[in-house]
Amino acid sequence: METFLSVSAKLAQGFGTTLALFFLTLLFAIPLGLLFACLARARFKPVRWLMRAFIYIIRGTPLLLQLMIVVYLPGIVFDHPLTKWEIFHQSTDLAYFCGALFAFVINYACYFSEIFRGGIENIPKGQYEACEVLGMSKSQAFFKVILLQVIRNIIAPMSNEVVTLVKDTALARTVSVVEIYFAASEILRLQFIIWPLFYTGAFYLAFSALVTLFFGIVEKKLSRYWR
Amino acid sequence: MALLEVRELKKNFGETEVLKGISFDLNANEVLSIIGSSGSGKTTLLRCLNFLEHADHGCISVDGKRIYDAADPATRAPKAIHKNRTNFGLVFQSFNLFPQYSVLENLTLAAMLKAKESGEGKINKKELKEKLEQQGMELLTRIGLADKKDAYPCMLSGGQQQRVAIARALMLTPRILCFDEPTSALDPELTKEVLHVIKDLRAAGNTMIVVTHEMEFAKNASDKVIFMSKGVIEESGTPEELFGSPKSPVLRSFLMQ
Ligand SMILES: Nc1ncnc2c1ncn2[C@@H]1O[C@H](COP(=O)(O)OP(=O)(O)O)[C@@H](O)[C@H]1O
Ligand SMILES: [Mg+2]
Repeated sequence: METFLSVSAKLAQGFGTTLALFFLTLLFAIPLGLLFACLARARFKPVRWLMRAFIYIIRGTPLLLQLMIVVYLPGIVFDHPLTKWEIFHQSTDLAYFCGALFAFVINYACYFSEIFRGGIENIPKGQYEACEVLGMSKSQAFFKVILLQVIRNIIAPMSNEVVTLVKDTALARTVSVVEIYFAASEILRLQFIIWPLFYTGAFYLAFSALVTLFFGIVEKKLSRYWR
Repeated sequence: MALLEVRELKKNFGETEVLKGISFDLNANEVLSIIGSSGSGKTTLLRCLNFLEHADHGCISVDGKRIYDAADPATRAPKAIHKNRTNFGLVFQSFNLFPQYSVLENLTLAAMLKAKESGEGKINKKELKEKLEQQGMELLTRIGLADKKDAYPCMLSGGQQQRVAIARALMLTPRILCFDEPTSALDPELTKEVLHVIKDLRAAGNTMIVVTHEMEFAKNASDKVIFMSKGVIEESGTPEELFGSPKSPVLRSFLMQ
């Protein structure tokens, strides 16, 4: 008979994987999203249009599909399966995890880049001009005046997107990444016990609540002052 | 010699010629009002003086020194522009205060950065900050907003925001302070308090260029008036001349409105 503790132990590894996928995705997707946002605003038109087309494609197709492509394309089309790549040292788990992470990072970088771009483009022109006539350099203007306003602009959409990421991590199971949902569904499949699934649900709920709380605090800190 | 000499300033946006050769002089301690219907190029002229736009033709001299000459690439280089823009200050129609900074911080920010850039900040950061804050407080006292030093822009009325914006521009002690319709975003009561501050500055001997739709202000509070129409100076002179006996038919019909 499974107890709360024994289930917890079984889910623990999946729990760790979910957290790792979540934080590593944020860690890489945020800077990459910034880069994408810059490229999508590049003066050189071909770069701008290529970037925007790429973002459009990624945002317009299911993450599920992207996961499948990233993980299975190398093996099926190029006869060089992910699991055989040297860098993964024959660890199938690591290979699938990294493949999934790659897809998550690309996908979320595209969503973030659109948020960043919106946040930057929403800054009134007058703010830049005020900085300019006050003799600030471009970088002074950006870091001292513009950046905090951009951050404020993007808090709400970022909060939504990051909560979505919490739940999207469950998709990684489709490419054999044993995250928490996968672990719980295995218990269901093998032992016919359903409550671990609710346990998992509670986990996602708590996780989302924490994320929302975090962004709420940041937003409150910033809007103490303006608008 | 005039403090400011503007010669043959021209500016195009693509095909449209917005300024078609603007020339005028302004003496130190004088106030110039620029009037004219919307679209006549008034804002563009101020933006050229403040280097937010680069004129395509013509030159600008301050104190006899040519600080901008469209034909001289050296004066158009970013470095030269950066150095020379301290001659001018600009107050915008829409205030453009920095929302995340308090009133006093809005005043000191640019001055602080400038001092740091020139190496002054390294010497004694704390002393510098105190000095600038004291300067800021003096200006706030002058515009009657000393008690708002810790307020944020969103907590102020439009009139108060515009007065802070004026103080912010004054912090950098520009030779010539420009205003682009400083009151047209304000209702009459608030307009009065802003114009009052500008008149005070005039009494204190500031050299200013004010683009305005407030004919009363132009008439009573300026030494010189320019009427612009379709990118040219249609008529200029003392307020008495322009408002008392306007010569050009365009100005006459403009004043009739
Ligand atoms: N950045 C710009 N690009 C294209 N046209 C412009 C730009 N700025 C101003 N204009 C045009 O120049 C003309 C004069 O504008 P402006 O200087 O703002 O006039 P005013 O301030 O007297 O109302 C207008 O017809 C306006 O449409
Ligand atoms: Mg205008």
